[in-house]
Amino acid sequence: MMTFKEHFDRYNWDEVASSILLKTEADVEAALAAPRRTLEDFKALISPAAEPYLERMAQISHQTTQKRFGNTIQLFAPMYLSNECNNICTYCGFSFNNKIKRKTLSAAEILQEINEIKKHGFQHILLVTGEANHTVHVDYFLKAIDIIKPHFANISIEVQPLEQDEYKTLHEAGVYSVLVYQETYHKEAYRNYHLKGKKSNFYYRLETPDRIGRAGMHKIGLGVLLGLEDWRTDSFFCALHLDYLQKRYWQTKYSISFPRIRPAEGVDITDHLIKDRELVQLICAYRLLNEDVEISISTRETEKFRNHILKLGTTTISAGSKTNPGGYSVDPDTLEQFEISDERSAAEMATIIEKQGYEPIWKDWDKNFQSNKLFS
Amino acid sequence: MQKLTIGNCQFNSRLFLGTGKFGSPQRMEEAVLASGTELVTVAMKRIDFETETDSLLAHLHHPHINLLPNTSGVRNAKEAVFAAQLAREALETNLVKLEIHPDPKYLLPDPIETLKATEELAKLGFIVLPYIHADPVLCKRLEEAGTAAVMPLGSPIGSNKGLKTFDFLEIIIEQSNVPVIIDAGIGAPSHAAKAMEMGADAVLVNTAIAVAGNPVQMASAFKLAVEAGRMAYEAKLSKAIKGAIASSPLTEFLYDDL
Repeated sequence: MMTFKEHFDRYNWDEVASSILLKTEADVEAALAAPRRTLEDFKALISPAAEPYLERMAQISHQTTQKRFGNTIQLFAPMYLSNECNNICTYCGFSFNNKIKRKTLSAAEILQEINEIKKHGFQHILLVTGEANHTVHVDYFLKAIDIIKPHFANISIEVQPLEQDEYKTLHEAGVYSVLVYQETYHKEAYRNYHLKGKKSNFYYRLETPDRIGRAGMHKIGLGVLLGLEDWRTDSFFCALHLDYLQKRYWQTKYSISFPRIRPAEGVDITDHLIKDRELVQLICAYRLLNEDVEISISTRETEKFRNHILKLGTTTISAGSKTNPGGYSVDPDTLEQFEISDERSAAEMATIIEKQGYEPIWKDWDKNFQSNKLFS
Repeated sequence: MQKLTIGNCQFNSRLFLGTGKFGSPQRMEEAVLASGTELVTVAMKRIDFETETDSLLAHLHHPHINLLPNTSGVRNAKEAVFAAQLAREALETNLVKLEIHPDPKYLLPDPIETLKATEELAKLGFIVLPYIHADPVLCKRLEEAGTAAVMPLGSPIGSNKGLKTFDFLEIIIEQSNVPVIIDAGIGAPSHAAKAMEMGADAVLVNTAIAVAGNPVQMASAFKLAVEAGRMAYEAKLSKAIKGAIASSPLTEFLYDDL
């Protein structure tokens, strides 16, 4: 069976980039009218030619999302377990060469953080780490999950790429989903952003979702770090990846996240920043391409943006997030991975959701469905 | 109207409701009450048993409303059995709506896992209502496995496309020894009325009500449509006849000697 690498290698970045720019208003009209949209339609919808159609795209995105997901928004909290990292990535606050205090939460500290997070009502949690394979490895994750599982209905992880059998082990231990962003699908640019460490291997990362899919994980989260390269071309490749995975691992759910470059310590990348208007266009284009993909919005975005994006295709949102290990309670002053723009609490966010006629959903999975014994 | 019996439960209303997708539990409760339903499905994955007053359950606490826990989200028979056991333990009901749709895109039911889970759950004493394709043979197999009813789809969940499987639903209804509840795809009261007229025992509606401009009013509309359709079925519809009937050219000879 063809892996995504072989599929991906048939495409040429520059050709894709220019084919997007060549899309016309007629292509956009055709894409909007299509009952089922293709990746070529997606290109038209993310092209500059679609800009005058943004309101129409937003309307369709809103209606399609409402029909599929109802008037609901799922809430989750990220919990950073560690900021140790052996990779040098030029955009990341946790980069190995950044002189910051490193921390990996102990069992007692994990519990302390959980207690704080639980106070806000969260049932879905996302565990985040850097990449430090000698200390933050599968055994560490298994211990952490053992502590966390009794307290949450749904556990996701966003950690270094792992092997298929490791994903299988984690899935059996209670992990529901794995998020792994390619950061950029531009091979050369990827090399320039990821200077050292295991993460510098572009193709190992590119084939990670295949390993997650084969391991039988319930959900895979994809995304690009918007701002590293041309967002249109990068997003086309991400959509291509999604399309490939969905056909292959047909029992798996998918989500797309939209991290975009924000100020962080020692970061100065400004060549490809994506504007709010363009991010809305991108989110709507994903929804028009794919009715069932989950769309997740983080607290990197501003209050105003988050208030309005709720109705435009969003299904999942974090709130009250801390992006440093121990940030909720143990050690609030350690360095954040990225700066939070929306500092409202979970309760405040829930109120905003309700005011828009939506129901905040705290629990949408039950850990007992995945377990070998009832009420474990 | 005749009462509907499933397992050991009797229902006056033949409209069942799903409880997802409403923007708030209050709105859901109002719609449920307006619909006159006596059986509502609740997704086990959504219920928080750790908090004492789960908001979803609190809003369904009415003496005439029975809960039908569903296994939505599970991907195979094994997970479905876990979910059903959790439901029985937590909600003290033997009823379970078996939903095994491993394909998250169209949420289409897996017939093989559904049959396996039905066999297992029936043995464990559950009253099983499986969500299935409109597959007449599968319905007979499920009967043999001990199902209490069958819930064939009209069209994909949430699609609002109506009874796209009409011809197969007719066969299922004709052959079935257990109640046939048409689930999924019913997008308008007219679809529900049609299903009842053709002899379905009940219909289950969610998206069409939850996402309507006015869910409460839409719930009332469905109530009336289901009642009208059932009444028409019980009153026996006169057959539609295409064209006028000529005299009897083919059988006339029988009367030649009279």
